[in-house]
Amino acid sequence: MSNTINIIVAGLGGQGVLKASDIVAEAVFSAGFDVKKSEVHGMSQRGGSVSSEVRFGDDVASPMIPAGESDFLLVLEDTQIEVNKPKLKAEGTLITLADVDASKLENPKTINIAMLGVLSASLPQIAEEHWINALKKFLPEKHHAVNLTAFALGRSK
Amino acid sequence: MAVKQLLSGNEAIALAAFDARVAFGAGYPGTPSSEILDEFARLGGKAQWSPNEKTALENAIGGAFGQVRTLATMKHVGLNVAADPLFTIAYSGTPGGLVIISADDPGMASSQNEQDNRRYAAAAGVPMFEPSDSQEAYDFLFKAFELSEKFHQPVLYRLTTRVCHSKSLVARRESPVEVAPAAYTKDVKSNVMIPAYARIAHKNLRKKLADIAALSDSSNEYTKELVKGEELGIITSGISYHHCREAAPEASILKLTLSYPFPAEKLKAFAAKVKRCVVVEEGDPILYEACKAMGLNVEGKAEMYRFGELNVERVRRILANDLTAEPVPAPGKPPQLCVGCPHRKSYEALKALNCIVTGDIGCYTLGVLPPFEAVDTCVCMGASITTGLGLRRALPEAEARRVVSVLGDSTFWHTGINGIVDMVYNKPATGHVVMVLDNSITAMTGLQEHPGTGRKLDHTPAEKRLVIEDTVKAMGVDNVDIIDPLTEQDKLRAVLAERLASNDTTVIIARRPCILGAVKAKSYEETNKAAEK
Repeated sequence: MSNTINIIVAGLGGQGVLKASDIVAEAVFSAGFDVKKSEVHGMSQRGGSVSSEVRFGDDVASPMIPAGESDFLLVLEDTQIEVNKPKLKAEGTLITLADVDASKLENPKTINIAMLGVLSASLPQIAEEHWINALKKFLPEKHHAVNLTAFALGRSK
Repeated sequence: MAVKQLLSGNEAIALAAFDARVAFGAGYPGTPSSEILDEFARLGGKAQWSPNEKTALENAIGGAFGQVRTLATMKHVGLNVAADPLFTIAYSGTPGGLVIISADDPGMASSQNEQDNRRYAAAAGVPMFEPSDSQEAYDFLFKAFELSEKFHQPVLYRLTTRVCHSKSLVARRESPVEVAPAAYTKDVKSNVMIPAYARIAHKNLRKKLADIAALSDSSNEYTKELVKGEELGIITSGISYHHCREAAPEASILKLTLSYPFPAEKLKAFAAKVKRCVVVEEGDPILYEACKAMGLNVEGKAEMYRFGELNVERVRRILANDLTAEPVPAPGKPPQLCVGCPHRKSYEALKALNCIVTGDIGCYTLGVLPPFEAVDTCVCMGASITTGLGLRRALPEAEARRVVSVLGDSTFWHTGINGIVDMVYNKPATGHVVMVLDNSITAMTGLQEHPGTGRKLDHTPAEKRLVIEDTVKAMGVDNVDIIDPLTEQDKLRAVLAERLASNDTTVIIARRPCILGAVKAKSYEETNKAAEK
């Protein structure tokens, strides 16, 4: 439990929050860690605030991240930064839309994936192949190339 | 070792149901339970959406009378609908394995109450399992069926939102389960609950529960004990177990796998061997009261922790007897009716005519929020029509004429249809107006099929499509109007005004597909057409 890394992905319903956190969970799972992922569905399709939590390490206990204990907070919508900030550790890493140079993206819709690229650069314990396999698993094949480019852009930032 | 998979609790149960050779599953969609049957069907299991939870459970009971394993799935409030068969099948039991999933929603992420369905286990006298993560959600289902078959007793399987929707690792069983083929053995004394047989059955039930409690006390299958220090001991069940082991890594923990009937001897022995023993449970103080009734020296939680979900911080506070106010989370953006949702136009009409709207359960409940603020009441599935009738009976004429009952198409088939019978049979003096917001799908819970979509759970064509207008006409409703709320806004208002002024019974069907559902429906129809050729 002591070495658990906590990641929160937040945004609004319909923005791909759950897909982004699925990709994170899949990547850390395939890297061999214990992992738990938690979120509340149901009303999320109706445009409300959505957040999803991923925890990984040797032995993850609760699926929910205690307030102020998240190592990473990835926010896909700027209005949701303040709402979610209390969940982040004082020394935690906030990743926002501003961390990606959107003008370099082939398709602006891939910005979530570019932000995952930014996150991945801070997690050296997860080899790049695990991220790439996770992206391929959760995204339709015809969109693989454009998303892999976006991921590489974020990762090389 | 088996290869592990990362699964949600709901996916794990579906996989277990498949591996445990469940003959079929029946349910009604309800967050957080909805994904179980969808996933079971995707794996190749036989599953159906029933019109409501009562009919779903009765289907499962019937299957279990045929000596096969069956599963009924529902959310916590769904078990209220299915409570009638539950209490009697607890007496008679079934020769086949019967597991009833109750997915509770502490904190009310998507529900109208946070009732604690552990109460149903004691009230009906039905054993209850409580998994705490996806691996247990998978493993305990096998135990639940084995226990059900051993004692010929239905078993409740209680989940909570966090168990249903959290993902964690699951190792699948490698060896398949052997089950007997379906068969029927006549046994009227067990299966027909006339008073003479039911009196015997009730005594048998209490005997079975005592035997199950003794089994839980004598075996390690039904409890899990984490032995750490002697200073602090925690008694818990379900998801709270994981919060506890994180909040208090030094504590010894007794977790109940089978949370009803209580393993009295184990609880006594555990409480006796620690200096301080705290019961940590989400929701009502059920385990705490049981321990106190046994005379155990245990502490419970303060009343403030009865409300909402538990988490690591709240468990820390419970253990520290912290009664100070909890930090209020920053308000996020509330959900709302989608932009382009056809319900928006219906609510604009209802608001323009200053209607009193008795509402129901579905996406359209969001019509209570600004800018519409057009819903006046919301009780439970199907209550819109009947509460509207009651209000019409109570109010003076001018006010009574403003009352409109609003419900969705899936809710109409669930229990709304019973309200139509009541309306036609017991027509109020001012008549009544029912508006079915027909978006042709069960939208709120994730776009499931229902009897009116013409497709089965797996989206293949149904034998028959039930038609709301034909049904209500046949039932004797005076006026049935079908209006597109988007393209016929003026007509909707004019017809609504005219019907409210009359003393007739009216059903207005505001029909326009859900914008999210229409895309899916089109692809299902195309697939089904291609399959026909």
